[in-house]
Amino acid sequence: MDKTNSKFKLSKTTKSNLITYLIVIIAYLTVQLLLAGGHMSSLMEGLLVPLCIYVILAVSLNLTVGILGELSLGHAGFMCVGAFSGAFFSKCTQGSMPDMLRFLLALIIGAVVAGVFGILIGIPVLRLKGDYLAIVTLAFGEIIKNLVNVLYIGRDSDGFHFSMKDSISLHLKEDGEVLVNGAQGITGTPHDSSFTIGVLLILLALFIILNLIHSRDGRAIMAIRDNRIAAESVGINITKYKLMAFSISAAIAGVGGVLYAHNLSTLTAQPKNFGYNMSIMILVYVVLGGIGNIRGSIIAAVLLTLLPELLRGLSDYRMLIYAVVLIAMMLLNWSPKAIEWKERFRETYFSGRKTGKSETAQVSQTGKGVK
Amino acid sequence: MKKYHKIISSVMASAMAVALFAGCGNAADNGNAQADDNAAPAENAADSSNAGAENAETGGETAATENNAGGVIKIGGVGPTTGSAAVYGLAVQNAAQLAVDEINANGGINGVQIEFKFEDDECDPEKSVNAYNTLKDWGMQMLVGSVTSGCSVAVAEKTAEDNMFQLTPSGSSVDCVKYDNAFRVCFSDPNQGMASAKYIGENAIASTVAIIYDSSDIYSSGIYEKFAAEAANQPFEIVSAEAFTADSKTDFSVQLQKAKDAGAELVFLPIYYTEASLILSQASTLGYAPIFFGCDGLDGILNVENFDTSLAEGVMLLTPFAADAEDELTKNFVAAYKEKFGDTPNQFAADAYDAVYAIKAAGEKAGITPDMDMSAICDAMKAAMPQITLDGLTGTGMTWDVSGEPNKEPKAVKITNGVYTAM
Repeated sequence: MDKTNSKFKLSKTTKSNLITYLIVIIAYLTVQLLLAGGHMSSLMEGLLVPLCIYVILAVSLNLTVGILGELSLGHAGFMCVGAFSGAFFSKCTQGSMPDMLRFLLALIIGAVVAGVFGILIGIPVLRLKGDYLAIVTLAFGEIIKNLVNVLYIGRDSDGFHFSMKDSISLHLKEDGEVLVNGAQGITGTPHDSSFTIGVLLILLALFIILNLIHSRDGRAIMAIRDNRIAAESVGINITKYKLMAFSISAAIAGVGGVLYAHNLSTLTAQPKNFGYNMSIMILVYVVLGGIGNIRGSIIAAVLLTLLPELLRGLSDYRMLIYAVVLIAMMLLNWSPKAIEWKERFRETYFSGRKTGKSETAQVSQTGKGVK
Repeated sequence: MKKYHKIISSVMASAMAVALFAGCGNAADNGNAQADDNAAPAENAADSSNAGAENAETGGETAATENNAGGVIKIGGVGPTTGSAAVYGLAVQNAAQLAVDEINANGGINGVQIEFKFEDDECDPEKSVNAYNTLKDWGMQMLVGSVTSGCSVAVAEKTAEDNMFQLTPSGSSVDCVKYDNAFRVCFSDPNQGMASAKYIGENAIASTVAIIYDSSDIYSSGIYEKFAAEAANQPFEIVSAEAFTADSKTDFSVQLQKAKDAGAELVFLPIYYTEASLILSQASTLGYAPIFFGCDGLDGILNVENFDTSLAEGVMLLTPFAADAEDELTKNFVAAYKEKFGDTPNQFAADAYDAVYAIKAAGEKAGITPDMDMSAICDAMKAAMPQITLDGLTGTGMTWDVSGEPNKEPKAVKITNGVYTAM
């Protein structure tokens, strides 16, 4: 495999990136084959789009946590912003333009709005040192969830009506329609998400993030992560690069949110889907997949989303087993003893075939930058 | 190092592929499994948990639903059995199972036994769809669920696509039954709000009304909106409407003070009983004693721990079910439920129990057989539902509209001497 690749003179990072894309594409083709053959259970079929959503979220959070080295606990908040802005747009323009175009615009709107929120949060917070981003994003996620829950927007022949109290105070006319109904959220979002679109978005997210990491800007971002003072001393504009990584991460999360909103017909901001728990869940994907390891995030997101569903056979014990698996995976991945054991295992079995000590930048740096 | 990473990545990739494959068996396997089922239908009940686990992982929905000749009628249920809303999901699961057991003991539907399987949705619409898909793989022919409104709406989208008969015991928001394959047992939120406003107006209980509701809850805000809209047509006036959210549901002194200052004679509480019990005790501390009026969410207030039930004296509520009602059906149900699950059934349990019996009644009317696929059953059930009349726990002489709404009289009860008494 080494020899065939070396003919093409691909650099190591390019090769590693290609493997990441290939994994996604092969998974996609496998699923398409299974679908065409009718061998897919309805459960798996229903899980395909959520899998794409969580992969996108995990990959985007990895940009903040792994590459930028800041802890964000409000990723679900950005997802929520993207979901509601995208769904609101779709609901407003439903029927007035082709479905595909509308969905594309919804995706762009979701990304832009989430990105703008990312910048707004980032401007004050990313100037600070320390764990402030974690605290502020945590608050942001909760605030967004509560704001959306008291937001009422309706539309009638007079145009849009807006209220923070209840849907009666919108004073809609007879022909009016409540678009965003507070805690009841947005219902009747068109079902536009599909597995193909999801995979295309994953590839797009990967393309953006992997290229960013291996660009000049990406190296600057990683330099800030590894040593802020050194980076500052060579003239890197810390706030600018931090803001860049953070807002891109938020925008991609917004895309994940739009995909989420167009997969289910109800969109409500509950603690379950856009609250603190969801943010932590995404963080768990990133940590278990390997902080800074984009490919690992994809795999962890897929496995951990599938696991609770595949454990349904265990009925009441499934969430318990799920938690145990999480702990076991964490220990296996990160405990010094386990790492030592893995090293020894590798030396025993693969020592003869080792070629040299070098690997992709992302893998070898896992965890180093995060406090 | 490089080799190692390559190996790891290929292992991971194959693990991912295996995980994707794991949900998929081949159709032949599935056929065999079904054939085994048919050969030994008596063992079905005993094997159901195993078979369920296997079938959940073997695929091919068509094979699963169509090769069920001579077997059992498979009814699935979806609701939260873990998480914060678990109390509702478990009540539905238990009561539905109780009803299924009773029906099976009495000969089943048209002489065919029912198999019931319940899946957890954690009160999350996304998980609810997953649970529904799991049940579909299992071969479900009719659905009792989801338990909560948000989940029901999400699942209804899927059942409409598949033409699966859906009867939600307690999904009360309007959109739960917007498709013609979906029916419900409970009142809809607007229905309750309207009925409450009418009841207060027609019986001239009060002339000034204050409302305290949970704006972050679909159920509560749904009732509130309809109540406020209907109040305009009624001879009473809403003098204050104060909201709280799930994050601030412990201190209600502000809301109560406003209601008191506005001179409200009656406080309408379209909320669940946990918060209502706090409101009642805080009102008594304030020395404010209006009439409290609630909806079915208040059912259960007398069982709240450390709550002085004398405070609930005089509280009125519209509820379809009271566990201490004196009729034969309720008594038997409560006794059987207590014996089996060691708990007093709530209104969700009663709704689920009625849901299963409604399916039985409609199924017998429609003459469904286990060899029909879900779409054929759905068409037959859709036609039969508006024709049946059910005397259930949550109402006598219940009938259903084609739209999916039940027709039953809301019962108003008043708490006197620590028990519900009909008004």
